[in-house]
Amino acid sequence: MQLTREEKEMLEGRHGNAVKKSMEILVALGEIYGAKRLIPVKTVQISGVSYDNLGDAGLEFLAEMAKDGKVRVPTTLNPAGMDLENWKVLGIPEDFAKKQKMVIDAFAKMGVTTTCTCTPYLVGNRPDVGSHIAWGESSAVTFANSVLGARTNKEGGPSTIAAALTGLTPEYGLHLDENRKPRVLVEVNSELDGIVDFGALGKVVGEATRGKIPLLKGIVHAAEDEMKALSASIVTYNGAPLFHVEGITPERVDEPDEKILVAKSDIEKAISEMNDGVDDVDFVFIGCPHCSIDELKKISELLGGKRAGKEFWIGVARPIKEESDRLGYTKIIEAAGAKFACDTCHVVAPLKGRFKAIATNSAKGVYYGRNKNGFKTYFGTLKECIGMAVK
Amino acid sequence: MMELKGRKICAGKASGEAIVSSEGVSFYGGVDPDTGVVVEKGHPLEGKSIAGKVLVFPQGKGSTVGSYTMYRLAKNRKAPAAIINKECETIVAVGAIISGIPCVDRIDISRLKDGVNVEVDAEKGMVRVD
Repeated sequence: MQLTREEKEMLEGRHGNAVKKSMEILVALGEIYGAKRLIPVKTVQISGVSYDNLGDAGLEFLAEMAKDGKVRVPTTLNPAGMDLENWKVLGIPEDFAKKQKMVIDAFAKMGVTTTCTCTPYLVGNRPDVGSHIAWGESSAVTFANSVLGARTNKEGGPSTIAAALTGLTPEYGLHLDENRKPRVLVEVNSELDGIVDFGALGKVVGEATRGKIPLLKGIVHAAEDEMKALSASIVTYNGAPLFHVEGITPERVDEPDEKILVAKSDIEKAISEMNDGVDDVDFVFIGCPHCSIDELKKISELLGGKRAGKEFWIGVARPIKEESDRLGYTKIIEAAGAKFACDTCHVVAPLKGRFKAIATNSAKGVYYGRNKNGFKTYFGTLKECIGMAVK
Repeated sequence: MMELKGRKICAGKASGEAIVSSEGVSFYGGVDPDTGVVVEKGHPLEGKSIAGKVLVFPQGKGSTVGSYTMYRLAKNRKAPAAIINKECETIVAVGAIISGIPCVDRIDISRLKDGVNVEVDAEKGMVRVD
């Protein structure tokens, strides 16, 4: 890999230890994946933020990097293991909270904007078409590549930190035109309405394409929240972190030869596979990925005047919650007994074994509810999930 | 003596007894970070310790959090002395770098057997077997 004079100096340690370590990571990845050079990134989204995933080892590494590392480009964080303010109400243990705060403090010391969300694109970290970025969270990566037309590989925690502290990433994979072409055409012969349908489509396409970039045809309309759900689901169920939708996503692509068909029965089958047949739940989670302000409006309309008897969390980025405060949705939602879980979600919070069954409208939420937390799952629309909450 | 030439992933020299896995290794959830013992059910190395050994396997697998598990192993002095891969990927490469574990890849690992003494000079991409 060709390095500039400044990059060589960074690698030799003349910009400090954290930059040196960062360059070692970026150069090694560049060599492994055949990059010819490093390229500047516009923004970074760091993954590996929850103490539940990091453990003491991760925390030690962050503290080490924070000694002399400072971010060179705008950088936000993936969800943490708890609401950073409201963690007690959510039943998070005190010792966990202490460690989680140490993680956030280390990032703050590096100059990271410590907004913890899987939807950075809803809170100002929204790169435009063709921008090179280095993001870590898989649904955010997929949304950025597919819906925004920005360019990022699916980075791991340390490589996002390395990108933030240097402003650079190796140019390989999805940064290059030739690797962004679709390899399989997916003809969708089913009407799709709402994020349950789009989540189910993501599961069908992810499992059928297994890492091959798809071009989806036949989708007439998709709201941004629906694209958010599709992005999260497709990559969770083994799809590539980039998809194209004819007439909707910004990149112009040629049709590939290989073709698969998706029928209404495939969507229905996926929805049924994500349901464990439970008729009651003890936990409801909405906001995977984190809710938009429009979703909060819908929740307030459906939940207003009712009473949620179940533990009911709403995952959201803190700035969106603040908008909801101002618009009056928060008051209505909390009066009904639901709790805001800012900065976090059920995927990264320490919830294993705490509940028996979860209701969610997120296909990704089903996967992690089952596999990480050991919950039975109820997968239904927002209205149906709220029905379970007030049952 | 046999010499194999591969590619540097993380510089450094080390030697030790080889522990060879025919299957990929997942550090996150697959290796106990406090003991260095492989705990993945049904794994060829299940129950064996990788601490202080030259760990030979085709490729890393599983969660990217595995890089941090390698760092934790190193802090606990339970990390492998060196790592030899057929083809290295992100998790192991990053884990080796942040933990300072010498690592080489593009080695014909079928020529390495359990228990032999292996010397790794990662800077040169060299593996020597006694």
